[in-house]
Amino acid sequence: MSDVTRKQLLPGVFLTSVHTKKFKSSMLSMTLLTPLRKETAAVNALIPYLLRRGSEAHPDMQSLAAALDELYGGSIEPAVRKRGETQCLGFVGSFLDDAYTLDGTRVLSKAAGLMGELLLRPYTQNGAFSPDYTRQEKANLTDRIRSEINDKRQYAVSRLVEEMCAGEPYGVGRMGREEDVEVITPSSAWTQYQELLAHSRLEIYYCGSAEPEQVCLVLRDALAELPREGGYEEGKTVVTDGAASVRQVTESLDVAQGKLTMGFRTGGITSASSQYPALILCNALFGGTTTAKLFLNVREKLSLCYYASSSIDRYKGVMLVSSGVEFADKQRAEDEILAQLEACRRGEFESWEVEGARRYTVSSLLTVLDSQSRQEDWWLAQAVAGSGQSPQELAQAVENVSVEAAVSVAQGLCLDTVYFLKGVEK
Amino acid sequence: MSMEEKRYDRVGEKLFHMVLDNGLSIYVAPKPDFQKSYAFFATNYGGMDMRFRLDGKWLDTPAGVAHFLEHKTFDTEEGNALQDLAANGASPNAFTSTSMTGYYFESTEKFEENLKILLSFVSIPYYTQESVDKEQGIIGQEIRMGDDEPDTQVFYGMLEGLYAHSPIQVNIAGTVDSIAQITADTLNLCHRAFYDPGNMVLCVAGDVDPERVAAIAEEVLPKKGHPPVERDHGEVEAPQAHKQTWEKVMAVATPIFQLGFKDIPPEKGNEWLKWELTGNLACEVLLGSSSPLYAQLYNGGLINESFSYGCEAYLGAAFLCAGGESRDPEAVRSAVLREAERICGEGIDEGLFQRLKKAAYGCMVRDLNSFENICVNQAMAYFSGYEYLTFPQCFEAVTKADVEECIRRVVTKERSTLAVVKPKEAIQ
Repeated sequence: MSDVTRKQLLPGVFLTSVHTKKFKSSMLSMTLLTPLRKETAAVNALIPYLLRRGSEAHPDMQSLAAALDELYGGSIEPAVRKRGETQCLGFVGSFLDDAYTLDGTRVLSKAAGLMGELLLRPYTQNGAFSPDYTRQEKANLTDRIRSEINDKRQYAVSRLVEEMCAGEPYGVGRMGREEDVEVITPSSAWTQYQELLAHSRLEIYYCGSAEPEQVCLVLRDALAELPREGGYEEGKTVVTDGAASVRQVTESLDVAQGKLTMGFRTGGITSASSQYPALILCNALFGGTTTAKLFLNVREKLSLCYYASSSIDRYKGVMLVSSGVEFADKQRAEDEILAQLEACRRGEFESWEVEGARRYTVSSLLTVLDSQSRQEDWWLAQAVAGSGQSPQELAQAVENVSVEAAVSVAQGLCLDTVYFLKGVEK
Repeated sequence: MSMEEKRYDRVGEKLFHMVLDNGLSIYVAPKPDFQKSYAFFATNYGGMDMRFRLDGKWLDTPAGVAHFLEHKTFDTEEGNALQDLAANGASPNAFTSTSMTGYYFESTEKFEENLKILLSFVSIPYYTQESVDKEQGIIGQEIRMGDDEPDTQVFYGMLEGLYAHSPIQVNIAGTVDSIAQITADTLNLCHRAFYDPGNMVLCVAGDVDPERVAAIAEEVLPKKGHPPVERDHGEVEAPQAHKQTWEKVMAVATPIFQLGFKDIPPEKGNEWLKWELTGNLACEVLLGSSSPLYAQLYNGGLINESFSYGCEAYLGAAFLCAGGESRDPEAVRSAVLREAERICGEGIDEGLFQRLKKAAYGCMVRDLNSFENICVNQAMAYFSGYEYLTFPQCFEAVTKADVEECIRRVVTKERSTLAVVKPKEAIQ
């Protein structure tokens, strides 16, 4: 079994370390937590990509790539994530575990050193980020924001969230807005970078075969130059209870298939609530699995779609339903989705539905332990939520929660916004 | 039935292998310390196998039938196996690729019960006309979803460009029209032809007893198999690309491209593995993230982080490819061709080559973290006549000259197709 330890390394710097020998690789991530705000989201999202372009010792991508090649094809990827109303910025790295190198190379200390170098000692020109790198990465970020439209399924969900939470930080996309990218300069990015370094909480995650004391030592070393000036605010997610009336939004694009998405408020239930396990079970019964009501009815019984599923945001207290349907079937699908929710509210479940939903949920929580990247994401989520709950503990809570509790959560779900992406008239 | 234990010490893996009397090969990778177990049951039958000979008669089946069959195979006389597995807490799913159909589940409890369900629903056909009719709607929506996915469209576009008639260019899901021709009879016929133990493989990873896996397979599956079915993948393709360009307009933000280079398909066996390892190294040398070309293209704004590359081999078709978003895909093709020419003239830098080999090795070993990778790769290797976990030895034997020869042979204008999905003017 693996041991999880959490430790403060420096002021506002925390290490979650998973000691295990079951993987062939080790995973290391460094993530700065900062409040998600419309004004700073874009420049924040740019920073990990700017840092990844080069450091003092490895000033360009080619020399960085060469250094990673020497670490047996290790990877260090920029990561920009949105967790509730916190923007998470940094690097996620995966490296060959020391046990499998051909020449006994100690990968971890070099890998941590390289990641620390990228975070703390970027390549600069005239005391700020390189103008060339800034220009190129601004263009890439703009492309990345625009490209969201390429994946219509995800695009419809993003648009739903934007519409539903228009006045809330949660409505801001993880990469910010295109217009805010345009005005970034090498020095404005540099100022924001200094601000983040000095005042953001830094979460570090390690999973691999190295002894925890060794990991602490290596990381303290790698981060020795990190400026710490206090503050370390991370953004508190504001939870809204319910909507007064349902908003309907329809947009057109040149698409073959319509995308129907529906946003519900959970009545204030988040991962911090005692009803959270009931919300998880409720989601699994309604639309989270292949035994769920949405899959069995909207897809299997009525053949309206290939996918119809629901998911929850643990911080924000929202549930999102997403489906791809023919334009003409939009109303039928929406009616059926709501009819299935009503069935959940009336507690109309066969025992196999409940068993299936519960077993599926427990199993998917336990298998978090079998994946380094899922564990990384789990512990980052816990850090943002200020919780130390392990996947096993939440699985146990889901084992114990009653169907009645899930039904009562379903009764509290409140439809806020319906977003439909349809085709253009030809 | 005898069980063979194979050790692959360099990568810290062990594999039990056995062949049942009915012809089924079983591989089990023991994985203590993990919560989950994973089972993958696959048939050597995919989207490209549309024409075959059964009972002495050549049959032409509609595009998309292997994939349709995959959807309907979950139906059982009692109901639906997807639900049976899910009720046990297993996460079941399936996929159909160009040359393979695989069914799998991952579970943290009741492994043996789940394995029985898996082997049973896949091997016992139960197709009714009513359920076939109903599935037309669901798969119709899956096809429509693919119509809106630029990555899917551009990849098939590249294959259409590279190949004059190879069936690998046909969309695995088929079209709304082609699947309309599928009946319960079609499905029964294809099941009989290809879902035969001798044409299948079972790969398992987890904290399980290999003897029990074999015993369950013997108990559930048919006792006897039939000889392999002959397939027709069309005439041998010319070495050069059928068409050098392909284009389509869609609702995308920036142009999305796939650049393909057609190669001569490898023979089954270790040659196949060597072709794949050499092809991957050729891609790394030519356009990997530490290659000179990559830096040049990235700095010039011609590619971004979405850029990726690889190589694929099938019966009668093999290619290298690279793609992503680019403002000027044609400039990317020209730059790749120029770089290939330079490498052919100057040779690959020895230091770069050794470094890339080290990196590629590390990535392949890291891939072994995933049960899915181990099982799916072993299944593909089995169908292609080699052992997946022998890759370290085979990889070591790939020389700089092999990679140079691959680039010289394959990366030429004549063998290339550039497929591009272009944005509409309106959203530019």
